Amino acid sequence: ENPPQALPCTQLLVFVATPDCDGFPNLDSKESYNLSVSEGSLLLSADAVWGALRGLETFSQLVGRDQNGTYYINKTEIVDFPRFPHRGLLLDTSRHYLPLRAILETLDVMAYNKFNVFHWHIVDDPSFPYESSTFPELSKQGAFNAMSHVYTAGDVQAVIEYARLRGIRVIAEFDTPGHTLSWGPGAPGLLTPCYSGKHPSGTYGPINPILNSTYQFVTSLFQEVSSVFPDFFLHLGGDEVDFTCWKSNPEIRAFMKQMGFGEDYRKLESFYIQRLLDIVSSLGKGSILWQEVFDNGVKLRPDSIIHVWKTSKPYMEEMADVTKAGYQALLSTPWYLNRISYGQDWMAAYRVEPLKFKGSAKQKDLVIGGEACMWGEYVDITNLTPRLWPRAGAVAERLWSNASVRNLQDAYVRLAAFRCQLLGRGVQAQPLYVGYCENEFSG
Amino acid sequence: AMGRTMGLAGLLMGLFLVSAVLVSTSLRHGAPRAEPGPKPAEWEDASGAGPEDSLWPLPQWVRTSRRQLQLAPDRFQLLHGAGSSAGPACGLLQDAFRRYYELMFGQSRWRKRSRRPLGGRAEPELLQLQVVIESQHSGCHSYPHLGSSEAYHLTVTEPVAILKADEVWGALRGLETFSQLVHEDDYGSFLVNESEIDDFPRFAHRGILLDSSRHYLPVKSILTNLDAMAFNKFNVLHWHIVDDQSFPYQSIYFPELSDKGAYSYNHVYTPSDVHLVIEYARLRGIRVIPEFDTPGHTQSWGKGQKDLLTPCYNEEQPTGSFGPVNPILNTTYDFMTKFFKEISSVFPDAYIHLGGDEVNFDCWKSNPNVKEFMKKQGFGIDYAKLESYYIQNILDIVSSYNKGYMVWQEVFDNKAQLKPDTVVQVWIENNYAHELSSVTGAGFTAILAAPWYLDYISYGQDWKKYYSVEPLNFLGSEKQKKLLIGGEACLWGEFVDATNLTPRLWPRASAVGERLWSSSNVTDLEDAYKRLTIHRCRMLRRGISAEPVFVGYCAHEAR
Repeated sequence: ENPPQALPCTQLLVFVATPDCDGFPNLDSKESYNLSVSEGSLLLSADAVWGALRGLETFSQLVGRDQNGTYYINKTEIVDFPRFPHRGLLLDTSRHYLPLRAILETLDVMAYNKFNVFHWHIVDDPSFPYESSTFPELSKQGAFNAMSHVYTAGDVQAVIEYARLRGIRVIAEFDTPGHTLSWGPGAPGLLTPCYSGKHPSGTYGPINPILNSTYQFVTSLFQEVSSVFPDFFLHLGGDEVDFTCWKSNPEIRAFMKQMGFGEDYRKLESFYIQRLLDIVSSLGKGSILWQEVFDNGVKLRPDSIIHVWKTSKPYMEEMADVTKAGYQALLSTPWYLNRISYGQDWMAAYRVEPLKFKGSAKQKDLVIGGEACMWGEYVDITNLTPRLWPRAGAVAERLWSNASVRNLQDAYVRLAAFRCQLLGRGVQAQPLYVGYCENEFSG
Repeated sequence: AMGRTMGLAGLLMGLFLVSAVLVSTSLRHGAPRAEPGPKPAEWEDASGAGPEDSLWPLPQWVRTSRRQLQLAPDRFQLLHGAGSSAGPACGLLQDAFRRYYELMFGQSRWRKRSRRPLGGRAEPELLQLQVVIESQHSGCHSYPHLGSSEAYHLTVTEPVAILKADEVWGALRGLETFSQLVHEDDYGSFLVNESEIDDFPRFAHRGILLDSSRHYLPVKSILTNLDAMAFNKFNVLHWHIVDDQSFPYQSIYFPELSDKGAYSYNHVYTPSDVHLVIEYARLRGIRVIPEFDTPGHTQSWGKGQKDLLTPCYNEEQPTGSFGPVNPILNTTYDFMTKFFKEISSVFPDAYIHLGGDEVNFDCWKSNPNVKEFMKKQGFGIDYAKLESYYIQNILDIVSSYNKGYMVWQEVFDNKAQLKPDTVVQVWIENNYAHELSSVTGAGFTAILAAPWYLDYISYGQDWKKYYSVEPLNFLGSEKQKKLLIGGEACLWGEFVDATNLTPRLWPRASAVGERLWSSSNVTDLEDAYKRLTIHRCRMLRRGISAEPVFVGYCAHEAR
């Protein structure tokens, strides 16, 4: 069948109502756009630049190439906007260092998938790669290799700007009071010394919540972090605090008694977190916290965002509980992409319905989105990209597209084609299943 | 036999010279160390390790001393020793010398070569590694085979290290080990500990299966994988080259097979691609065993070869779809005769893998002509008999070209008549130990793949479970156990192509590599963890994107 003589299209006009070209994207940014492709007219219109970025990505996916090599595009009308405003990807640069270019490449592919939040889990127990200007010893003593396995201030700014140009927010996570072993060497006195009977055992536990010096340190560090990272939100962590070390420490036990906390160490955790929240708030930032903080009854600020990740109870129950208590929620539990398994596990990620819990419409409105997580225990630059893509694409569609878009067969066809497109864009995305792409990754 | 005696004399000489100098030694027979080692600090760089900690797979017998020798890249030479039956005309060794020189010193090319004497250090200099091939038939210009000798003896002492091996294959293994002993100190000087190593593989068949049908694997990715295999002392590439989904093998006699059956014209292996793979493998002491799996797994063959596959029926009518190869037509066997003539000449290995797995009988059962044939042959309704009838014919065809064959276990299970030198590959996980007993009990050689399907990924350190397999844990006599000649780590291609092949295969396959090479008492997981993490960092340095074992880092990360 001979297509009608294709009219040459020479321009895509981009119209933005309220450009804020030099601003940073935020939770309230408008990402909607309209795309209109017809004879002699290609028009992309959006309220904000962020919508224009989304529209450009869509436009680029519509452009095809026929067997003669001619580029073409079909007549199209698109009205688009994201279902959820927070569509994130977590990278962990502590369990394994990820060189800058791995992060930048990931940001590129996030943009192809319309992800808009890079959750940078930058430090943790194994290593502290973040070069702090206030506390340079943290990375000097805490990085795997202080010369090579670090993020300089320049690296961090590069990531933030690269992300911004793609409409991606960078939310840094400095997880405390647990997950902080690597902070110890560079900040003596910060972590709780654990005791074996009457004597220090030589090992350390979470941040010591009873010392004033702790809060001075935390204030200074977060002052720096708040000014380095422009996003309104910081992720403060708060997960998996092991109380064993606190319990073993006589000074902490004394403090517990003094404060009337009894044997309930969650109250001590709460004591720390609350002070942390106050510090962060006074620095003009909002907080995101892992769900334990909510589960353990910590008194939170009403605008805290709770990040649901645990499998110990059905996550939809947790979503219901969190939103019932009036907090905004982020979903990650079913999207731990580091948990690999044999077969097409993208389908399980795709099938997730974030609002499938018992709750009022008001509660459902509190679900602001979710994040695909790529924890780093078994991941570094050798396997990051194939492990992330195209699997994370399933999460991306679930968070952007309409709830009714659930057909797996249709999704398979589109995702497989998208994967080939990623290969064409130089992304080492792994296959979904048996098959081929015109241009394979050459190895 | 003669080569070994001469080697032994040399060994005694060397020991005499060396023993005077060795101050303190550390002996590793592969037995667990006498004193419990410290728990590996999982997040520490592996550089604080002792010399044996850098070896993978662990040699049969290792003795190292604390005494170190320095190497100067400018002056150090890998060369043929006096009395070697191989010399400069041995292309395989010349190639290996250059390759291992690069692997050992290549990273430091940024350093300006100067004529300064070795700065600072007091250690004596190691000037050469001399390679002596002891057998008259070095193997230089031939292909490795199941009976090749891969044993070697390495003595590292000043001023000259000696690597003795019966055949070049042992020299390749020894060069790999030597390259693992050479390390850099904090100042960038190259050092090697005085050591003596006596080594040979526990199992003769140590393979990797790659599947280039479910996804096409560009030649470059196959070559990279052959490099990685050499670093791990694997010696067989089981190339599952075609299957249902695509037929990338460009046949000379039957060009239509790939013309119609490959994913596209770009997704083919030309004769020159195939020769490249075979030669690249040979230079690394790796056999290439192609698998042309029939009668099942052949959908793609039918696209380019009319009437090869069985037409399926619904009642009286052909449905338009096809099943396994049609076993009742003479044309089938005419085709196979010609096809396997080509394969026998293209692939030099003594063995061809003929597949024979997972034959679905439904289509045969539906076809009236097949049913008629069954009746005529007196097979009743036992389609396994028809399958065996087919396989028998193929086995005979392939035998007539003087090739031995490997088959998947179903061929044995379904009681086809196999030649005594048939190798049966045990792949079904359920009860595989029992299958090994049956196969070897019937007098056949077996290789084990069942517990080593590396395409079955899962979260966590699954290398440990591959490492913990003991292939000889099955009921059988000594004689039977000898019939288990090795095993293969299989990376089926449903979810694998060049984008994720290397990290998925390595270092997980390394665990299988050690299990097949090293002594059966090398089982300590803590020690293996330590060595494996060092080995993984080394693979990264050598350009193999092996994925991490666990939390941590390498001094040289992947590029």
